[in-house]
Amino acid sequence: MSPAASALQMKTYANPVYEYRRVAEQDGATARRGVVVVGAGPVGLAAAIDLGQRGIPVLILDEDDTVSVGSRAICYAKRTLEILDRLHCGESVVDKGVRWNVGRVFDGAELAYRFDLLPESGHRRPAFVNLQQYHFEECLVRRAQELEGVALRWRHKVVAVASHADGVTLRVVTPEGEYALDCDWLIACDGARSPLRSMLGLDTEGQVFHDRFLIADIHMTSDFPTERWFWFNPPFHPGQSVLLHRQADNVWRIDFQLGWDADPELEKTPERILPRLRAMLGPDATFEIEWASVYSFQCRRMQRFRHQRVLFAGDCAHLVSPFGARGANSGIQDTDNLVWKLDLVLHGKAPEGLLDSYDAERIAAADENILNSTRSTDFITPKSAVSRTFRDAVLALARRYPFARRLVNSGRLSVPKVLDASPLNTPDCDRFAGAMVPGAPAADAPVEGPRGGWLLDYLGGDFCVLTFGEAPGATDIARLAAWPVGVRVVHVGAGAHAACTVLTDREGLAAARYDSASGACYLMRPDQHVVARWRKFDIDAVHAALGRATAREGTTP
Amino acid sequence: MTALVTDSNMAAPDDFYEALLEMHCGLSENDSAVVNAKLILLLANHIGDAEILRQALQFAREDVEGSAGGSSAADPA
Repeated sequence: MSPAASALQMKTYANPVYEYRRVAEQDGATARRGVVVVGAGPVGLAAAIDLGQRGIPVLILDEDDTVSVGSRAICYAKRTLEILDRLHCGESVVDKGVRWNVGRVFDGAELAYRFDLLPESGHRRPAFVNLQQYHFEECLVRRAQELEGVALRWRHKVVAVASHADGVTLRVVTPEGEYALDCDWLIACDGARSPLRSMLGLDTEGQVFHDRFLIADIHMTSDFPTERWFWFNPPFHPGQSVLLHRQADNVWRIDFQLGWDADPELEKTPERILPRLRAMLGPDATFEIEWASVYSFQCRRMQRFRHQRVLFAGDCAHLVSPFGARGANSGIQDTDNLVWKLDLVLHGKAPEGLLDSYDAERIAAADENILNSTRSTDFITPKSAVSRTFRDAVLALARRYPFARRLVNSGRLSVPKVLDASPLNTPDCDRFAGAMVPGAPAADAPVEGPRGGWLLDYLGGDFCVLTFGEAPGATDIARLAAWPVGVRVVHVGAGAHAACTVLTDREGLAAARYDSASGACYLMRPDQHVVARWRKFDIDAVHAALGRATAREGTTP
Repeated sequence: MTALVTDSNMAAPDDFYEALLEMHCGLSENDSAVVNAKLILLLANHIGDAEILRQALQFAREDVEGSAGGSSAADPA
């Protein structure tokens, strides 16, 4: 999104200032770096933490010396929280944020329908946690600072970049002058207006939507429930839509649709914002404006996310409208997808070609997000009289008839991409039912085991086989562990060898979610996506699937 | 492939036509447009089959002027 303006002093939050430090390169050191991340936003920080946890030294360069100014992204989806759990910052984000699963959609003053994004129990994380972007980033900065191999350089701004077949050269400006930096790999996470993208002469393709929105974050004590409320044509803002979200510390996000003709400079002024809030919240409400911005938005992406040794992730690679919370959430899935692949390539355990699957998988994900976001936009901002007529007809029908509720589109909220067309998957040869198809992100379930009470605690980080029914024998467990790309064994049920992790599925939810009544063996990727599955464990089949999943089909994994 | 029924499929077509016009009685042009849209949505959901709906969308659009970007519609004979 492109904010036209932000103003006003925050009442509940003061941005931290991270110290600029002089570094060895400024005094002539020329050591080549392995991986450099540009941009210490949510996506860059997630990438660096993942690399750091894998023992890969990483440098993050950021032009600023603080976290996000103003709230911006607020809704973090279940999948993001699960990824953050693996990065050891899920708990801090969930503790600070507010959980929600339920949304309500109003047509005028009346409730059109209510939806629950997580109607079943037995998941560690809720459908969403809302948290101001600055708090979110602070949680990630704290985690990054704990990791020895992660170096954060604040007020180190990249001003030139040259990409080669075997590396990248940067020029970095600091308050004390410039220096040059060479690295093997560069992860670009420098946001929607990506200077790196421009410096490399690369572009994005897509469309701009002709509408403007006012975001107002206000501080208010209120007994509104912690739910997502969306109004079409409410009496307090006729002819337009309004979205309400709760954030941490009694801060509320209100998003007013203004129309394309609105003057962004005028609309950001308190004289214009206050009457809108007053009309919505009533004459007696007491509130203070924390932050406000007027924006328009776009749906676009780069043609490719990998350019030689430069890998683009997050908003610099793809942009969507905010309806559906598909921005930051998809960016964090980008790095979750990328970092394990880069790890294998850096250690010579997979060819560089594995990184082309980052392109294939995350472009498919970006296209899915853009499609959903564009459809939401067509519903929220009808582009013609007939499109408005159908929109209003859907809303009218939704009050009475359940079928129409599924047509109401106030934002299709972020769910992870099922990588079903990935070249890394091994197609099924056995029959399975349910959602855990090759490419699907692993479903969570409550379990009992040595390290925690959730199945996802045991998956991810590296490859593993997840078996139900018959467990692999000791010889096979040892062989799997000894492969260059080692594979752990996680067994759900009794009778497993002590060398694998054994879990108890007391409620039977893991068995149900993985359709394992007649036995099952899943090969799980380091990013917790299913990549192959069989009814029975077979080491040769696992071997072949692992070769395919690491882009070295037919060779020793 | 399932095909959209284009032969007569109604026992009493005149009755239906009359009822359709009666539904619009006393409505403004704008309200009629909303009612038509609701009718389309109700029927489309009842049909459900994506292929049938695709054919209906295509046939409905045939021969209508201003079909810029439209399909390779046959020449109106």
